[in-house]
Amino acid sequence: MEYVIEMNNIRKEFPGIVANDNITLQVKKGEIHALLGENGAGKSTLMNVLFGLYQPEKGEIKVKGQPVKITDPNVANRLGIGMVHQHFMLVHNFTVTENIILGSEPTKGGKINIKDAAKKVEELSKRYGLSVDPYAKIEDISVGMQQRVEILKTLYRGAEILIFDEPTAVLTPQEIKELIQIMGKLVAEGKSIILITHKLKEIMEVCDRCTVIRKGKGIGTVEVSETDPDQLAALMVGREVHFKVDKQEAQPTDVVLEVKDLVVIDSRNIPVVEELNLEVKAGEILGIAGVDGNGQTELIEGITGLRKIKSGSVKINGKETAHLSTRKITETGVGHIPEDRHKHGLVLDYTIGENMVLQTYYQKPYSNSGVLNYNKIYEKAKSLIEEYDVRTPSEFTPARALSGGNQQKGIIAREVDRSPSLLIASQPTRGLDVGAIEFIHSKLIEERDKGRAVLLVSFELDEVMNLSDRIAVIYEGKIVAIVDPKETTEQELGLLMAGGKKESVGVS
Amino acid sequence: MQKLLKNQRLFNIVVPLFSIILGILVGAIIMLVSGYDPVTGYGALFNGMFGNPKSIGEMIRAASPLILAGLAVGFAFKTGLFNIGVEGQLLVGWLAAVYVGYALDLPAIIHVPVSILAAAIAGGIWGMIPGLLKARFKVHEVIVTIMMNYIALYSTADIIKRYLYAGNEKSFPIKESASLASTFLADMTNGSRLHWGIVVAVIVAVFMWFILEKTTTGYELKAVGYNQHASMYAGMNVQKNIALSMTISGAFAGIAGSMEALGTFQNMTVMSAFTGTGFDGIAVALLGANNPFGIILAALLFGGLTTAAPQMNFNANVPQELVDVIIALIIFFVAASYLIRYILTRFSKEGK
Repeated sequence: MEYVIEMNNIRKEFPGIVANDNITLQVKKGEIHALLGENGAGKSTLMNVLFGLYQPEKGEIKVKGQPVKITDPNVANRLGIGMVHQHFMLVHNFTVTENIILGSEPTKGGKINIKDAAKKVEELSKRYGLSVDPYAKIEDISVGMQQRVEILKTLYRGAEILIFDEPTAVLTPQEIKELIQIMGKLVAEGKSIILITHKLKEIMEVCDRCTVIRKGKGIGTVEVSETDPDQLAALMVGREVHFKVDKQEAQPTDVVLEVKDLVVIDSRNIPVVEELNLEVKAGEILGIAGVDGNGQTELIEGITGLRKIKSGSVKINGKETAHLSTRKITETGVGHIPEDRHKHGLVLDYTIGENMVLQTYYQKPYSNSGVLNYNKIYEKAKSLIEEYDVRTPSEFTPARALSGGNQQKGIIAREVDRSPSLLIASQPTRGLDVGAIEFIHSKLIEERDKGRAVLLVSFELDEVMNLSDRIAVIYEGKIVAIVDPKETTEQELGLLMAGGKKESVGVS
Repeated sequence: MQKLLKNQRLFNIVVPLFSIILGILVGAIIMLVSGYDPVTGYGALFNGMFGNPKSIGEMIRAASPLILAGLAVGFAFKTGLFNIGVEGQLLVGWLAAVYVGYALDLPAIIHVPVSILAAAIAGGIWGMIPGLLKARFKVHEVIVTIMMNYIALYSTADIIKRYLYAGNEKSFPIKESASLASTFLADMTNGSRLHWGIVVAVIVAVFMWFILEKTTTGYELKAVGYNQHASMYAGMNVQKNIALSMTISGAFAGIAGSMEALGTFQNMTVMSAFTGTGFDGIAVALLGANNPFGIILAALLFGGLTTAAPQMNFNANVPQELVDVIIALIIFFVAASYLIRYILTRFSKEGK
C-alpha cells in the first residue's frame, strides 16, 4: 500500500503529561483522512509534530515512503505539507496576494513582483474553484473567503498534503457546503487531506478513512463507509454515547419567567427585541430557535440586566425585575450560562476555585465583613469539581489552563449549584465535543426535572429539537411561533426561522 | 501545571535579580569603555549604600516615598489600570500634608496621622478624577493622568506662592508636632535624615496586600481589571471599581508626598519641574513585579543607588549620571525579561 504520509508510533511528551502515546497515522494519496478525537485528545499536538512545530520523543515520519526529519515548518513546506489553521494567520490590511506571498516574495530586480504572483494566485484559484479575488483586501472579505486564502497559501507553496484544523468551526452552513466541494476538488486533483475535527456528521459526509485518538493514544483507523456515527462516537469517547436525550414528559407548573412587550435596543439605538412576549414555566425547557442575530443575545442580556431595557416588563416568580441590576436579578434566583464563556462566563486569570464564587463571593460563608474566606471558597470549589467532573489538576489551577469543555462544566456547576428557579442556557454546548455535550444535556434535563424553568438559546437545530419541551421561534426580535418539537420537523422549523409563515404547524 | 506555577513564582524573583546583575555588568562595560575603573566605581557605590550606618539610613529614607509611589503604580496595575499620574498625586499630597502640618495645632499623636490622611485624601481625589472619567466616559486614564500631573505641578507652585510663601522659593515649614523626623533614628544612623516614614510605607504595603488578596473589594477590583465583561455578568459595579482603584492608587501616591512633607523636607519647594519620584514608581513597580514586598525591595535598591551616586563621583570620579544609566539598564532588562527567561531556560536545559 502506498502512503503519502506515515507517522509511525509517535510519542510526544510535555512536562507532566504524554500528549501523544504511540500514535500511528497513515494517509493514502488522494484521500480525505479524518483525525478524530475529543478536545484535548492530542490531535493538534500530532499535527504540530507533522508540521515541524514539535519534535517527537519517539517514532518515525515518512513522506512518500522516505523517512524524514521535520525540524521546522519550512521543512514541512518543502516536503509539500501545508496547514490551514483554525485561527487564520493573515495580515488584515494586506491584499490576498500579499498575504499569500508573505515570507517568500518573488522579486524582480529587488522589487516585489506582485503581478506575476497575482496571476499565479488567480490560476490556482480557478483550478480549484476557489473564486478568490487576488487583489481584495483581507479585511473586506468574509471569513469563508479568508479560509480559502489560507488554502491558497498552502497551494501556492506547492503543498501536496493539506492539514485542515477544524475548518468548519468558524463557517456558516452555506460556507461549509462550499468548503466540502473545494475539498472534493482538491483530492480530485491528487492532493491528500488530513481533516482534524470532532464533528461526526462531517466525517461521514466527506472522509474516506478516519483515525481516532483518545486521551493521547491511537485507537485505530476505520473505513468511513463501514462505520456509522454511533461507532465513531463510541471510539472517540470510549463508551456508548446517546445522541437522543432520554427524557420524560415535562410536568410544567407555575410560570417562572414572564416577559411582556419587551423592547431592547442595541448600541446603535436600533430596537433588536421588539415587543417580545414569552413565558417559561417551572419544570419545562423552552428552547429559542432562530438564526444568529435575530435578537437572542439582546433578549438574554435584557432579562439578566446586562443591557438596559427600553420598555416592557420582565417578571421572575411574579416579581418585576425589568430595571434591576444584574446582581439583584441574580439574587432573585437566576442562573445564567452565558453565550461566550471566555468573555462573560469566567475570569480566565482567576483560579477555577475563585471562578466558582463569581456571584457569591460577597456572601457568607465565602466572606465575612468583607474579608474573603479562601478555605471555604476552595472547599466549595473542590466539591463542585468532583460533583461535576471538571477535569483540572486542582482547584488552584487558573481557569485559562482548562479545556473548553471543562471550563463550561465549571460554569454549569456554578450556575446550577445556586439552585436558581430560572436557568438560562445560551449556546451551552458551542465548540464542545460529544462527551461534554451529552453531559451538559443531561444536566439541563435533570434541572428541569427538579422543577426549574430552563430557557435555552441555541443555533443548533438538533439541540433545540432534542432538549426543548416547547420551541419559541425568534425572528427579527419577535417570537413568531411557539411549536411542539414532537409535532414539528426540522424543515418546518427552518422555514419559520427564516421568517416564513406556518400554516399546518400546531400552535400550543 | 503545579510545577509551572512554582516556576512562575520563581521566575518572578529570578528575573529581577538577573536583570540587576546584567544591568551592573553592562554598566561596568560602559565604565571601562569611558575610561573609568569599574571596580573602584562599584566599590564606591557599594560603600555609598552600605558603607556606614548613615548611608544605610539615607538609603531607607530615600526609599520611603519610592515604596509608596511603587505601591500606587502596582495597585493600579494589578486592577488593570495604568496610573501614570503618581507624580501629580504625590505633589498634591505633599502640599496637603504641608498645609495641615503648618496650619493646625494638634498633639503629635493626632497631628501626624491627620497630616498623612490629608495627603491621602488629596492624592485620592487627584486619582479619582481620571478614574471617574474612565469609568463614565471611557477616557483613557493615561492621557488624563499625564494632564493632571501638569495641573498639579503648576497649581501647587501657585498655591505655595500665594498662601504659604516663606521666601526663598519655599513654603512655611510644618510644625514640630506634625513631623515624622526622629532624633532617635537619626542618632542610630549617625545623623542621617532617616524618619518614621518607612514604617508608614511598610504599613501601606501590608495594607495593599491585604486589600488585594484577602478582601471582597480586592476580589472585585482584580476581576474588573482582568475581565470587565465577566465582572458585569457577575453583577459587580464596574464603574465604581475603576474609580475606586484609581482613588486608592492616588491615595498611596498622596502618602508618598507626605513622606517628603513630614519627613525629609518639612516644607515644600515651589517646583519648576517634576520630582521624578512618581515616574520612578513605575520602574519600582515593574522591578518588584507589582508585589508589595517586591516593591519594598526594589525601592530600597533604587533609593540606595540614588543616594550613593554622589559618593561614586566623589571617590572614584565616575560621573553620578552613570547611576541613572545603570537604573535604566536594569529597567531595560526587566522589561526584556523574555530574553532572560529564554537564557535561563536554555541554561536549565543544558544543565540537565
